[in-house]
Amino acid sequence: MALFPEMTVAENIGFSEVVGHGLRLVDYGRIRAIALEALAKLGVSLDVDAPLKEFPIAQRQIVAIARALVGEARVVFMDEPTASLTQSETDHLLDIVRNLSASGVAVVFVSHRLAEVLEISSRITVLRDGRLVGVYPAEGMTQSKITELMTGRTFEAKVRAAPRADRPVVIEVDGLSRPGQFSDISFKVHEGETLGITGLLGAGRTELAMTLFGMLKPAAGRIRLDGREVRFSSNRDAIDAGIAYLSEDRLSLGLIQAQSIVDNLVISSLARILSGGLISPGKKTSLVGKWVAELGVKIGKPEDAITTLSGGNQQRIAIAKWLATDPRLLILDAPTVGVDVGARAGIFDIVARLADSGLAIILISDEVPEVYFNADRILHMAQGRVVGSYDPRAYSLHDIEAAVYG
Amino acid sequence: MSALIQRLNGAPFVRDMAGPGFAFLAVLIVFSLASPQFLSGATFGSVAFQLPELGLLTLAMLMPIITGGFNLAVTFTANMAGLTVAWILEANGGVDASPEVFAFAVVVAIGVGALAGFVMGLVIAFTRAHPILVSLSMMIFLRGLGEFLTRGGDVSGFPEFLHPIGHGSILGIPVPMLVFLVCVALWHLLLSRSRLGFNTYMIGSNIEATRYSGINTRRVVILVYTLSGAMCAIAGIIMMARFNSVRVGHGESYVLITVLACFLGGVHPDGGFGKALPVFVALIDLQMLSSGLNILGANQHLATAVWGLLLITVMISRWLVLRLRSNFASSRR
Repeated sequence: MALFPEMTVAENIGFSEVVGHGLRLVDYGRIRAIALEALAKLGVSLDVDAPLKEFPIAQRQIVAIARALVGEARVVFMDEPTASLTQSETDHLLDIVRNLSASGVAVVFVSHRLAEVLEISSRITVLRDGRLVGVYPAEGMTQSKITELMTGRTFEAKVRAAPRADRPVVIEVDGLSRPGQFSDISFKVHEGETLGITGLLGAGRTELAMTLFGMLKPAAGRIRLDGREVRFSSNRDAIDAGIAYLSEDRLSLGLIQAQSIVDNLVISSLARILSGGLISPGKKTSLVGKWVAELGVKIGKPEDAITTLSGGNQQRIAIAKWLATDPRLLILDAPTVGVDVGARAGIFDIVARLADSGLAIILISDEVPEVYFNADRILHMAQGRVVGSYDPRAYSLHDIEAAVYG
Repeated sequence: MSALIQRLNGAPFVRDMAGPGFAFLAVLIVFSLASPQFLSGATFGSVAFQLPELGLLTLAMLMPIITGGFNLAVTFTANMAGLTVAWILEANGGVDASPEVFAFAVVVAIGVGALAGFVMGLVIAFTRAHPILVSLSMMIFLRGLGEFLTRGGDVSGFPEFLHPIGHGSILGIPVPMLVFLVCVALWHLLLSRSRLGFNTYMIGSNIEATRYSGINTRRVVILVYTLSGAMCAIAGIIMMARFNSVRVGHGESYVLITVLACFLGGVHPDGGFGKALPVFVALIDLQMLSSGLNILGANQHLATAVWGLLLITVMISRWLVLRLRSNFASSRR
């Protein structure tokens, strides 16, 4: 969001109207008045003198919208305004958008959450690969039709879940806790099983994953890998023990954007490509060739920067980087963030293949359909605790969504 | 032109060498035309004798810069190591000290340099303080300590057998140059083929993502600064042998030149990219330029100014090449 966290709500909303007018002095009274007026238009009341950083992300989003309204805006573009909001916050935001268009402001609402798009729009424009596919009236549209238009393919969503409890347990977590982040988490993941973990942002999912990956230390509880209790003092220990963690933040933590495809792929498994203590260019090339072929990654040259790849292909490289460490357990944290709808199916095909080959997988996502269709079991986390456990074959998607997004 | 650019895009080695290579040819051609004496053994000799001091200090600067940091303490670390050698020789007979004492002194001096680097690396790795501030503090500490211990004066009076290390030649190649060439080869191998080198580049681009990949980033940072300090010590020993004396402030003006030599050699100022061999060529460029101006009878201060001009020219032409390349890339689409 193009906002200034250190400045007050009033300054964030009013500054563009005041900057560069007449005398170059700042009229704080006027800024306040402008801010209050804009918020009133949205039917929201906020403490305009408080610094923006004190507000949760949903209210910052509203401040961003209020700023767009300053100066009698007649068209407002909203680019993924709900990406980090919960369902109730999203509902509130959609109400605001409805009021706005009722008052005569035209709104362009960009989103990849198709349910919202259907709910809020009167017309829907579909783009694919930078080209216009078409403009359609929202009435009579369905999510699957939009997906088909977006990707040019039809997807049949099918529950992949199957019983795997007869296979050996790979990881067993017992009473794992970290104060303020998660408490008393227990579960098992078997060979070839995919455990889905869902819940809203801030439910403690990522912290749990980082603890399994040895980057955070548990305050209480035990982790057993293949029956033996493990304690990690760093993520290197976890990697050597066979745990891999695909970060939710591919751009700044998952891959090193400035560096090459090959270097990103081998970074976690350098010990496997040594020859006489030095990195062997030959082994490096063959490792890259193997994984690029195995995961069907479309690349130019291995020496090209990772930024030359699409989101989906970058994610495949990120997965390959971890597969190259020969893991027993692969933790995928939000693996489809920044990956377009068409390429998501490809990512999940890979996940299914890996599970079939015997890898234990933990799939973390805040999009319930992702875990519903791709996991064998689903844990629902809220406020650091496991509050529900579901078998996708026994529950409908709607039931689980109602429980999670509530 | 476009075919040339395509080739430059294609081969990484050629691309890395392009900047310093062009500068090399430009300096060579301009001075050969300007003075018939330029292409002679004397020029080669003066370049080969003067280059190693600056060169070794530049190698010491190179690895910290690739991690996205700096080591501003290079010259004072070097002189501190030189002083260590001088004191050990002094305490064991001065001009009559034995080669064994010297060998021992060299080992201790490299240890002193490495220790200075280790401390900087430790502070940078654990406190995440900016490397400029940390190395600046180390630089001031070493300067103050050195001036206190030497009362600001020179330490001299070394055994006769030290003379060839600063002034001798083997097979026509000056000894300091041989030491430098070995160090360049070592740094090249370290950066291009070792795990430490690989991790150095990754840390320079994104230290957090590197840590998430299972690399002990603190250990890498500490090692990089420790190696940098050890390389400073080698530079300090060579400087001692060349000048036949050690003073805390010797070569103080080199600090910023080492940074610029790195950039001339294509090292990325934000870290993550840069190779030893192009930096080696860039150093030769700078030294040839200065020797050439000297032959033409130009003032030494003017030579420094011309270095500055050369670097500014390089920045502008690099920008032009990048623009040409991206124009070419978009026209191909």
